[in-house]
Amino acid sequence: MSDNLVQIRDLSFTYGDRMVLQGINLNARRGQVIAIMGNSGCGKTTLMRLIGGQVRPTAGQILVDGISVGELDMHGLYDLRRRMGMLFQFGALFTDMTVYDNVAFQLREHTDLPEAMIKDLVLMKLQAVGLRGAQVLMPSELSGGMARRVALARAVALDPMLMMYDEPFAGLDPISLGVIGNLIRRLTDTLGMTSLVVTHDIQESLKIVDYVYFISEGVIEAEGTPAEIKASGLPYVHQFVHGEMDGPVPFHYPSPAYPSDLGLTQ
Amino acid sequence: MIDGITAFLRQLGARFTNAIWRLGMASRFLVLTLMYSGTSFRRFHLVIKEVFNAGVLSLIIILVSGLFVGMVLGLQGYETLQTYGSEEALGVLVALSLVRELGPVVAALLFASRAGSAITAEIGLMKATEQLSALEMMALNPIARVIAPRFWGAVISMPMLAAMFSAMGVFGGYLVGVVLLGVDEGAFWSQMQAAVDFRDDIVNGIIKSAVFGVAITLIALFEGYDAPPTAEGVSRATTRTVVTSSLAVLALDFVLTSFMFRGVG
Repeated sequence: MSDNLVQIRDLSFTYGDRMVLQGINLNARRGQVIAIMGNSGCGKTTLMRLIGGQVRPTAGQILVDGISVGELDMHGLYDLRRRMGMLFQFGALFTDMTVYDNVAFQLREHTDLPEAMIKDLVLMKLQAVGLRGAQVLMPSELSGGMARRVALARAVALDPMLMMYDEPFAGLDPISLGVIGNLIRRLTDTLGMTSLVVTHDIQESLKIVDYVYFISEGVIEAEGTPAEIKASGLPYVHQFVHGEMDGPVPFHYPSPAYPSDLGLTQ
Repeated sequence: MIDGITAFLRQLGARFTNAIWRLGMASRFLVLTLMYSGTSFRRFHLVIKEVFNAGVLSLIIILVSGLFVGMVLGLQGYETLQTYGSEEALGVLVALSLVRELGPVVAALLFASRAGSAITAEIGLMKATEQLSALEMMALNPIARVIAPRFWGAVISMPMLAAMFSAMGVFGGYLVGVVLLGVDEGAFWSQMQAAVDFRDDIVNGIIKSAVFGVAITLIALFEGYDAPPTAEGVSRATTRTVVTSSLAVLALDFVLTSFMFRGVG
């Protein structure tokens, strides 16, 4: 058994004529929390969709627990997905079900467990995210942070080997941000999972992750431990870590010279 | 000038090929829905829930509309039949109009605006909020788990709603004709019983409403599933569902009627 749960080799993906990802090499060691960072539109969410088999690579290989995702048929893919969990950006809770039913959903669909046992499992997962008291609420009655925590409980209901998080910190207040960050770390350690976090929230994620990959315009620009990333002298990483307005990622969208646009030059 | 004409023709061609492409996609969608219907029948409570959403929640509008349509038929029919001294035939006129045409067609048009639009909006929003992607990532096929139960729920509901529309319509015609205008009650019911044929009128009406049910539900589900995941995309898809399915009902009604009622009655 390889130490790496996820191995990506020379992965490329094109959408129409547009090259989204190019020559990606990435490893996720078992039991670690890995961050995939980059500015909006750099291809990091696409990378997650590729790992989950929602889209297929144009070239290269993605191995999850030794299985090549791109070559699986529908049944093989669904078998693999039962061992994966995904937290969507805004939770993607089923709006016609209560919190309890959302968390119980996968257990009811994929197992033959008696309802009494499902109840125990659901309450355990909700307790882990601190929302056992909210089990009767509907998703519309939850705040953004609470919805994300319920979605997290739902995603880990079947104790997956791999958890993927799509922008888990987007749009949260500082308290919820810390709570979600801690939960990701704690659940990864206690459930023995491997976690892949796609995010652009550098400060929060550097606190909880073991390794970071930086993607810019479809290629891996930098990688390293949080300490290495903080100390990095690479201009792109420096701009990202310090939130600088201008740098390798320019402030201005490409445009003609300002004076000529204003008609100030002949 | 030439450029303008070329651009116009190009746009026309693009629209035409796009329409054909969407028709192909919708057909493929129907085949997939039928292929993945197993779950719906194994776990019939999923379909029952959708019968409630599409059927039971449409009952009020169907029953009230049926009553008023029947009452108007009673009034109009009485006016015309009275001229020829045959107002006893009012029951026949009301029943045949409803069972053959107005029941299936008007119920289908109401169903398209009440249940069809709701289905499109629901599926479109489920897509926009990534609920369908979440199902896929949970190793569940959205077509089997979300689309097929809604399809069968709505298809089962439609003939029942049309039947209830017709029944309320007949009652409305009775209220106006017999209770209000004094048509002979015995003649009203007995002539209706003698003239309405089970096979040619009632069964054909049921077949019509079942076909309308399939068309409306397919359009509603496909528009929702195919909607761009934005507020504007879902709103446009909902409008398209009502317009396209209403036109489809009227066109199908003409085709079905021309096959069913050749030389009948």
